[in-house]
Amino acid sequence: MMIFALYISIAMVMAAAVLNMYRLIIGPDAPDRALALDTLYINAIALIILLDLILGTRLYLESALLLAIMGFVGTVALAKYLKRGSVIE
Amino acid sequence: MESLHPIAEVIISVLLVTGGFFTLVGALGLVRLSDFYSRLHGPTKATTVGVGSIVGASMIYFSMKDWKLAIAEILIMLFLFLTAPISANILAKAAMHLRVRRSENTRGQPWDQ
Amino acid sequence: MTAERFGFPQPWLSLTLFVVWQALSDGVSGGSVVLGAILAIIIPQITHRFWPDSPTLHRPWVFIRFLAIVFYDIIVASFAVAVLIINTREPRPAFVSYPLTLKHPRAITMLASTISLTPGTVSADVSDDGKLLLIHALDVDDDAELIRNIHHRYEKPLLEVFQ
Repeated sequence: MMIFALYISIAMVMAAAVLNMYRLIIGPDAPDRALALDTLYINAIALIILLDLILGTRLYLESALLLAIMGFVGTVALAKYLKRGSVIE
Repeated sequence: MESLHPIAEVIISVLLVTGGFFTLVGALGLVRLSDFYSRLHGPTKATTVGVGSIVGASMIYFSMKDWKLAIAEILIMLFLFLTAPISANILAKAAMHLRVRRSENTRGQPWDQ
Repeated sequence: MTAERFGFPQPWLSLTLFVVWQALSDGVSGGSVVLGAILAIIIPQITHRFWPDSPTLHRPWVFIRFLAIVFYDIIVASFAVAVLIINTREPRPAFVSYPLTLKHPRAITMLASTISLTPGTVSADVSDDGKLLLIHALDVDDDAELIRNIHHRYEKPLLEVFQ
């Protein structure tokens, strides 16, 4: 039953990633694209955790943690660039 | 996946399915809602909770499987819950600066600063 | 001087560092407890000059109850947003200006983050003088009721804790 729930969860997260890609492509404004990228990296974290579960290992956990940190820094840098025109003043 | 105690299996399955559901709902909101400020609501709440519950399922599974405390995932959950409001706030500020279009039925105005 | 060198200038920071180190080393063991304790003593000592003055935390139990309320509200919020997104009815979004009573910047940050994570609201901006908070609400009829709700549920406990 658990493996079945795992497959359902993977399918849902992948569908969510496809929807995020759709918003990333159609825009219409730059903040929309930044928001779609933000959601996409959170979905990538979920996919890494699900991969960990299906392989039965905890090897990839650090990569998920790093992705969480780097994704946040990327979103903030992108938003700051949109607001000010430069990242580091 | 190895089989565990049935109650733990039920809890893990429920957490996994609700996590996937909320992640999907967040993305659906991103596609369906009509203007940028409304779209901000889906990812900040639904997606954060969705990934949080998937991470919780992983935490319970590995703790039960190896029979030792597996708490590294709690950092991911904590970090997501700390950063989601901040990225939403800073993206909203950028959108207000760029004067992104609002849907017609919005009441009130964003400020000019 | 000696008391300053060997004490804990910021006990909450030390506690956080210790707990985070246990989580990073994936479980509690002898080595992680020792190394966590060393880090919890040394890092606040080295960095205490860089920190802005932190607000004193009165009444920690009120704060813990506040965290429990917020956690419950986050769960409810995601269900509420899910219903709004799946529903075919168009939501009625609004921008609301919320008058702040909190003074300390860190308390305001905490309130803004709480508002972003709870039902139907995202905090968008703080005015330059720190007296108003701009909130975008996804589906709201009565602005005054929203303001009253936030004040009673979130700002009152924070006022008790930080002032």
